[in-house]
Amino acid sequence: MSLTALTYWVVGATFTLYIGIAIWARAGSTKEFYVAGGGVPPIANGMATAADWMSAASFIGMAGLIALSYGGYGGSVFLMGWTGGFVILALLLAPYLRKFGRFTVPEFIGDRFYSDTARIVAVVCLILCSVTYVIGQMKGIGVAFSRFLETDYQTGLFTGMVIVFFYAVLGGMKGITYTQIAQYCVLIMAYTIPAIFISLQLTGNPIPQLGLGSTLLGTDTYLLDRLDQVVTELGFVEYTTSIRGSTLNMVAFTASLMVGTAGLPHVIIRFFTVPRVQDARTSAGWALVFIAILYTTAPAVAAMARLNIVQTLVPAPGESLQIDERPVWFQNWEETGLLVIDDKNRDGAIQYSANPDTNELVKLDNDILVLANPEIAQLPNWVIALVAAGGLAAALSTAAGLLLAIASAISHDLLKSTFMPRITEKQELAASRGAMALAIIGAGYLGLHPPGFAAGTVALAFGLAASSLFPVLMMGIFSRRVTREGAIAGMVAGIGVTLFYVFQHKGIMFIPGTAFLGDTPENWFFGIEPNAFGIIGALLNFVVAIVVSRLSAPPPESVQQLVDNIRTPRGAQRGLVDH
Amino acid sequence: MSESRRDDAYWRRNLRLVAGLLSIWFVVSFGCGILFVDLLNQVPLGGFKLGFWFAQQGAIYVFIALIFYYAHAMKKLDREFGVEEEEV
Repeated sequence: MSLTALTYWVVGATFTLYIGIAIWARAGSTKEFYVAGGGVPPIANGMATAADWMSAASFIGMAGLIALSYGGYGGSVFLMGWTGGFVILALLLAPYLRKFGRFTVPEFIGDRFYSDTARIVAVVCLILCSVTYVIGQMKGIGVAFSRFLETDYQTGLFTGMVIVFFYAVLGGMKGITYTQIAQYCVLIMAYTIPAIFISLQLTGNPIPQLGLGSTLLGTDTYLLDRLDQVVTELGFVEYTTSIRGSTLNMVAFTASLMVGTAGLPHVIIRFFTVPRVQDARTSAGWALVFIAILYTTAPAVAAMARLNIVQTLVPAPGESLQIDERPVWFQNWEETGLLVIDDKNRDGAIQYSANPDTNELVKLDNDILVLANPEIAQLPNWVIALVAAGGLAAALSTAAGLLLAIASAISHDLLKSTFMPRITEKQELAASRGAMALAIIGAGYLGLHPPGFAAGTVALAFGLAASSLFPVLMMGIFSRRVTREGAIAGMVAGIGVTLFYVFQHKGIMFIPGTAFLGDTPENWFFGIEPNAFGIIGALLNFVVAIVVSRLSAPPPESVQQLVDNIRTPRGAQRGLVDH
Repeated sequence: MSESRRDDAYWRRNLRLVAGLLSIWFVVSFGCGILFVDLLNQVPLGGFKLGFWFAQQGAIYVFIALIFYYAHAMKKLDREFGVEEEEV
């Protein structure tokens, strides 16, 4: 069977599975639609959270980002940032928000800060960060389809939209939860199987995490030492010490991703689905276990694939790969435009180095590292088909989670809680399905006509979540004194300064030419790059909220009781029942 | 002890625990992985430089342990103060 036919079979089988689950897991009430009935076991929720969390960027992009754009060690900001956030989520937010026992993140902010204005500001912040994030997922779906199934981008995007529509509109959180569990299984197999093979081939050790620290097969040279040596010989920075910007920038970048992770609404609402407060705590641990399987494999994939690529291009020191001897995978990826060679000196060989004037591998896209991995390691076709299904699973699961966060904010926080409090539960359920359908169409439209900022979107989403939602959620739990005025001012200041900083360096709405300060390190505030600025926005949010709270009247007695109530697990069962 | 005084004591114990665990969280990631990475890189761990290993694997393993330890310790604390949840 040809590779394309095989890929159709594997992807088709996974899609049938997702639709089957959707029919089985139909939502019959708002509680099922928003929080899957509140009865998801903690390990299952951990798995669903892992799929919800790991997007197309984690699956396809991250290993290449680490190995190529960030030169190795510099990419550690993603590894630590995107996992460390779960520690603050588990210790500072998840158990208390679960105790609060409602359906959405803005609902907590609205109740704790006794203000519909605060609720609406939270909805706006939620929609800003979720929409910027979902555009990247829709693009990922379209790209994965067009690359593996040889459809055009639009057909791929529409197919993805129909699948998500089916299980998200029908099943709400309940359908999404159970499909995410299936999607996790698909994506983790697709990620680890090629990694195991590549580790075996290079080091003889089947566990990639250990293979990364092992010696190369048949030699007594450590893999990382060899990698450091070959990249420095070509003029690149040493793989294991390549710092990103400055130490301060690395700290700020990591902190922004951590705090952003803890503040992303589609991740937080997953912790509303478990039965007990205690389950919210352990569930975060399970989520991180399932995420760590991929996140500790990724650096191994990064280093091993980088070594493979360099050794393909430079078979021995001083030698270069002859163009007509290049491997088949090389030619396959040239056709996609993700890998481009240009024989500048016309000697029939590819000179590869860090010097842009003489380097003839003029483009090596980050995404290639994971996507071409099975071909580089000469694995059978079914593994390549599985990688396609895995990339789609990662994009679909994250898109569905984001869409639910957007839809529930619209139907629950805007309609039911603010503008149309009289609607019945049945009407609200219909409204939430309608909002979900609208959100999918909106996201599809943005996927087809991505605004100029599509490239920078995922990192921006973290900055926005870190600077707007996380600080007020945390203060809402840990302080009785922070007031309505403080929370509103804090959110507006935090998200405002972050957007301002990103726009001043990257262009207003990322439109080229509208940046009023060039995006170069000399112009950055203490050398902190725009993607790492969320933590500064978050700090400002804290400071503004605390100062304004001191100047305004303390919260009413009932709110102080609410804070006391969420701090202990006792009575959590009642919270969800009387809603 | 009245219910609110007991709850306050419970909350203080919780804060102490959170502060302790977050210090470890900070040390393994920002400390070992970034601030003191050059120093730790002098130490080999198999084929890894120790600082590089913390930044790309070690910190993540510690994060997992921290969350499960917290869940375990809080379960005990909930019982000690009688604020645990009713069984479902």
